[in-house]
Order: sequence, then structure tokens, then C-alpha cells
Amino acid sequence: MSATTTAAAPRQTVGTRAFLRDNGVYLAIAVLVAYNLVFTENFATVANLNTQLVQVAPVLIVALGMALVIGTEGVDLSVGSVMAVAAAILPLYLGYGIIPALGLALLAGALCGALNGTLVALVGIQPIVATLALLVGGRGLALVLADGQLKDIRNPELLDLGSGKLLGLPVIVWIAAVLAALVWLLVRYTTFGRQLVAVGGNRSASALAGLPVRRVLMITYIISGVLAAVAGVVATARLTASDPSAIGTLFELSAITAVVVGGTPLSGGRVRILGTVAGALLMQLITATLIKHDLPDSTAQIVQAAIIVLAVYLQRSRSGGDR
Amino acid sequence: MDSVLVATAIGKRFPGVIALSDVDLTLRAGEVHALVGENGAGKSTLIKVLTGVYTPDEGTLHHLGRPVRFGGPAEAQAAGISTVYQEVNLVPMQSVASNLFLGREPRTRFGLLDFRAMNEAATQLLGSYGIRVDVTRPLRTLGMGVQQMVAVARAADTRARVVILDEPTSSLEPREVDTLFGIVERLRADGVAVLYVSHRLDELYRICDQVTVLRDGRVVHSGPMDELPRLRLVATMLGRDLEEVRREGATKFEGEHAAEEAAPVLAATGLTVKHRLDSVEVTVRPGEIVGLGGLLGAGRSETALAIAGALPLDDGEVTVAGRSVRGGSVAAAMRAGVVLLPEDRKADGILPDLSVRENIVLAALPRLSAAGLVSRRRQDSIVETFMQRLRIKAASPDQRVGELSGGNQQKVLLARLLCMQPKVLLLDEPTRGIDVGAKAEVQALVDELAKDGLAVVLISSEFEEVVEGSDAIVVLREGRVVTRLEGADVNEASLLAALAEEH
Repeated sequence: MSATTTAAAPRQTVGTRAFLRDNGVYLAIAVLVAYNLVFTENFATVANLNTQLVQVAPVLIVALGMALVIGTEGVDLSVGSVMAVAAAILPLYLGYGIIPALGLALLAGALCGALNGTLVALVGIQPIVATLALLVGGRGLALVLADGQLKDIRNPELLDLGSGKLLGLPVIVWIAAVLAALVWLLVRYTTFGRQLVAVGGNRSASALAGLPVRRVLMITYIISGVLAAVAGVVATARLTASDPSAIGTLFELSAITAVVVGGTPLSGGRVRILGTVAGALLMQLITATLIKHDLPDSTAQIVQAAIIVLAVYLQRSRSGGDR
Repeated sequence: MDSVLVATAIGKRFPGVIALSDVDLTLRAGEVHALVGENGAGKSTLIKVLTGVYTPDEGTLHHLGRPVRFGGPAEAQAAGISTVYQEVNLVPMQSVASNLFLGREPRTRFGLLDFRAMNEAATQLLGSYGIRVDVTRPLRTLGMGVQQMVAVARAADTRARVVILDEPTSSLEPREVDTLFGIVERLRADGVAVLYVSHRLDELYRICDQVTVLRDGRVVHSGPMDELPRLRLVATMLGRDLEEVRREGATKFEGEHAAEEAAPVLAATGLTVKHRLDSVEVTVRPGEIVGLGGLLGAGRSETALAIAGALPLDDGEVTVAGRSVRGGSVAAAMRAGVVLLPEDRKADGILPDLSVRENIVLAALPRLSAAGLVSRRRQDSIVETFMQRLRIKAASPDQRVGELSGGNQQKVLLARLLCMQPKVLLLDEPTRGIDVGAKAEVQALVDELAKDGLAVVLISSEFEEVVEGSDAIVVLREGRVVTRLEGADVNEASLLAALAEEH
């Protein structure tokens, strides 16, 4: 029984669903913004918008890396702990100046990513298990580095990074925006980006086409690690304290949510960076809207959960179809 | 002799495919019955019907004289039909003894598992077959061969009336094959009916009493094994009429085009991969099409994979244009100019969600990029060239490849290879599963490429395609080269003879 004659599944028959899957997140944002403009006091103020954007920035930065990893049919659960490692390293080296401290924090992120990449690409461990190790271990390492203590940040440059503004927008927002643009370009216009999508779409075909599959996976996890470290730095700067026990907790889930809601399938082979940005914004907007209307945070979580289920449902036909 | 399991006029359809049609099979007590056929002949489907995995659309099954309808594998097993599949279907983490007694474990007076009794019985059972292992070890720590033997021993010991062995020797060493045959002999002596599926002719003639040959879902021969000469068996399997094996010109290939004097551009020597290939040698000159002949499992695809760097070599060397290529790396093989069209287009070839353009440039991406940035302009010219040259029918280069027909998908894959400007083209079943028109186009294209000086290695399960397409045929069997047919010897009669030859 090898004479398979399965025809390519007609894609346009699920037109509405496909449209919602690809654009639903933008639609939802538009609806929520419209609602808030009408019903929420002080929504369309510069102060409020800046607050919202600053709040979402760390998740967004982490989600960018997560989108790449998910595009390879993987997942990186360690991002929250990597944030904590980066945060724990900062106060240790700020005495030498901001550049060495930042450099070492990002280097730590890269090393964490390289460890994940080694386990996934070279050893061949499933991503969810491989990165789970660092989710647990990374947090422990951060606490050891920080001696288990919260440390106040007094370095003026770093504090500026956390609360400064550039052309009217908070520096943190600029960082997130520039990184989003860079990752978008990376996916769309670089050899590496196209290879990443190919490896995620069909690993065996990519290997037979001579693609450096292992190298692509390795670099992807390193990028995710570095972005998580950046998020850790940003979160620390905003908090004006390095808090390795709290920073980045559950960020892996928020990031995965942003990616999935943004229309990137968990089955890999497709990366939607703009969708991921929108996904992160949508989640922030939901929380903000409900809080402004005096509903507790827990309500926001329930609404977010419903949206995740909806997003995964819309993608269902896709992941089940071709493979 | 008593009929144990009789299948009459079995028919089974799947959407778009007739898998079995009017198939009769009678398994008798104390008889070993061979079931043979090439890829897609319907062997697996028939086995699944016999073991209750599939319900037949037509026909009846009689078990010990009574009509039966198995609702599932469990019912067939309860009726005494046990099966040993090609891939061992045991529990790898459990001990050998637990696997042997899975589902029928001996218990103590208190209803607990009696490990001591189980281990003793297991040791004794395996020992009686000449297998001496520590039965308390997890199954996965043993070699594939031993695992397979445990599976067979388990099947044989479950008071089975029918034992189905599906390619049981594919992972066994010669010594283990002897042990296995010992078990089969004992089953036969005990009056068990054995259905033996294999494509190794020597084994069939050694152990089987009866033979049934399937082709395209139909029984094309059934009778005593020793009354069917090897040559006729092979011809029947392949659907060739021995009396009039002649060139029919059904394919679009033209005659020879090899420059006889030219030095080989591809020289693969001593290719050895444990259990799969043994000192295989393939040389191809520029402009030559060399076919790989062989029955299912002969090692044709493995040879192509090994040359393409996709299967790590235990030994042997591949040289392209006189230069040695580092083994086990597809990228290295590609740099040297060797590209492979994989057998399974869906699993190993296309990226269905990506566009025609992206599928074509996939392998050549680094060459079409500057400083890691993809150049759309350079892509476009290449994509356009190949879409025209191969007559790829797509709405636009941006159409998803998953939406194209099989033939066009295959052409996209060929374009992917050709834009690497290869010297050696390895084609594994280039025309499988594509319509007649596209097939002729692909065949003509391969011919054209060879004329342009490309060295081509061609694998096809279609007999005419290999014989008419090739300038020479390397005939493989069980991972070894049997012979290399050249010139006038490239004809169906010689190939059949080579395939059927005893060794």
C-alpha cells in the first residue's frame, strides 16, 4: 500500500477561518482599541500609551526569540530563567561600567542559548525537555549569583535606560521596536531566516537539500537566549533593582502566548514576527482594559486563556493537514 | 492437510486506490507459505486484513472451517493468529521475560506477578531456541536481531495456530537467520501455519512450501514453491512475461549517450553500511545513465543516499571528478556536485507550505545571497529559467508547492537540484506517483540532461524505466552488487536473470 494519491488539501475552502487565523489578532486589537477610545477614560493619553508599551516591552522582546524557536518546530522554556541570570549578572559587574556589565549579561544569555542549542541540535533531545533543564537550573544559577538577594541598581546609565525617553518614546520601547524590526528583517531577508523556516517546515527535506540544519538550530537558540538576556536587562532597568527570584517568572508562557496568538503555528515552518508583536500587544491590551474597568487580574487571565484556545483552534487545520 | 486460515476473494479499497482485489490465500497446518510482491503489491494490506487491523470490503475469511470477521487485532490474536512485524512491536524498556509473557504473566498465589517463575520460563523458552540472554535485562539493551528473535519466540509460544512473519530477517545476522529458521521448522513440525513475507529469494526457497505472488493487489501466482523456478518468480513479481520479454519502447528514453572513452565523473567504491550495503561499487561517466537494479530491499535507495552523503558510511569512498568527497555530509556532496532526488517526495522533498520559488532556491540559497542577505533579483532569474525549462505549471512562483500536482512538485524538486549546477544527478524513483504526461516529460528531461553531459544514477521500481533509460545497470541484491550489465546486456532478459540468480 504505497500508492498514495492524496491530493493537496484545498486551502481556500476554509477562507474565513484562514483569514481569522492570519489577521484575527489585528482585528482583535482594532476592536479593543476602538472600545477603549469610547469607553475608557484616559486611554488615549500619551502617558497611558507609554505605560502600556513599556509594560509589554520585555515580553515582546522574549517573544521575538520564541517565535524563531517555534518556527523550527521547537520551544524555549528557559527564557524566563535566562532573564533572571542576566539580571543577576548586572549588579556584579556594574562597578566596571555599564558596557562590561551589559556585555557579560548578554554573553550569559548567548551561552544559555548555546547550551539549549547543543542539547537540541547536537544531542537530539526534544526542545521541551532540553530547555526545561535550564528553566529550572537557570533560576537556581541566578539566585546563587545574586546570593539570593534583591539588589538595588544605582548605575545612572542603566537607570536612564529604564526610565529615559528618546523623541518622546521611552528608550525601552525603542529597544523593543528596533529588535522587532531586526528580527523581522532576519526572517524575511536573510539566508539564515529562510533556512530556519525550511528546517521548521520539513527537517528531513532540509537535511537532504544540504542545509546546515544543526547550525541553524544552534543559532536560533542562541538568538533566543540573547533576546531573553536583553529582556532581563530591560526589566531590571525598569524595576531599578535586580530581583533574580521574581524577574521573568512565567515569561516563557507569556511569550509562547504572544507567538501563538500572533498566528505562528506550533508545528513550525512559519514565523510571523508582526503577528507576534501584535499578539503581545493584544494580551497587554486585554489586561489593561479589564484593569481600567476595575476587574481583577484573574479575569484578564481567563480572557487570555480563551483567546489562546481560539488561536490554536484556528490553526488546527493547518498543523493537521499536510503532515 | 488441514486449512487453518482461508481468505476468499478478498477486496479492499482505499480512497483512490484499490489495494486488494479478488485475493485468495489458503494457509494450511504445518506449511510455510511465502507471500511475495514488490512495493505496493498489497502484502501489508493483506496481512492487516488477516490480522483484523482492516476489515475487508469484499470476500470472506474462514478460520478452522468457520467464517470469521475479526473486529480488531485482539480478536485475531485470541483466535490464535499472531504476527511479528518488521519493526519489533514490543516494549523496549521492559525486561525480555516481561515481553515474552506480556499479557499472560504467571502469578503467585496472592495474585502478584511471579517474577521468578516468569524468568525461569523465559530462560527455558529462549534456551530451547538456542538463544542465551539474561532475560531480566531490558529488551532495548539487546541487539535488533535478538529483539526480533524474542518477538518471534513470543509469537510462537502463544499457542498460535497461525504465525505471520513480516520480513523477519531484515535486521538479522546470517547466524541469527539460521536460529530463526530453526524456530520456523519447529512451528511447522508443531502443525502451525506460517505465512512468511520476504523478498530474499534464497530464504524463500530454503524454508517455504507454498508461494503466493501479489502484484497490484491481485494474486498473479499461487502454488508449490519448488515448482516455481527463480527466474519465473522474479518475472511474475515484476509483471514480466518471460516468453516475450522484449523492448516495447513504452518510455520516453532514447538510446545510449555515454562517451565511452570519458573517465568516470562519479566513482563510488566499497560503499559499506552495516546491515545495508556491502562493498557496493558504482561508476558513472559524464553523459551516462546508470540504473540501479534490484528487488525491494536490495539496497538501491541506500546506495543513492550513501553517495549523496545522507547515509554515513562505515567504509568506502566516493570520488567526483577524481576528487574524494567527505562521506556523511550532504553539503559536502553537494559542493562536489552530487545531488539526490529523494524517493519520498512528501516526507523528504517538498516544503508544502513554502512557495515554488522558495522550494526551488532552498539548496542554492547561500549562492544566491550576498553577505547573508537573500537577493530576490538573482532568485527570480533562476526561478524563471527553471520554471520555463522544466515547464512547471504553477499560478506564479509564489504559489504554495503543496497546492501543485505530484508531477509539478517533482519538477520543482528537480529544479532545486539543477540550480546547484550538479555533475552527478541521483534520481530515486523520479516518476513514482505522477501522471502519465508528467512522467514522459520527466523521462525526456532526464535524457536531455544526460545528453548535456550530466552523470545520472537512476532508480526505478518500473522495469521498463530502468532498462530503457539506462546505459548500464548495476544489479544489487541484499546490499551487494551482483553484476553490472553493459551495452547489449542492458535488456529485460539479462536483468531478470541477474535478479533471479542464486548466490
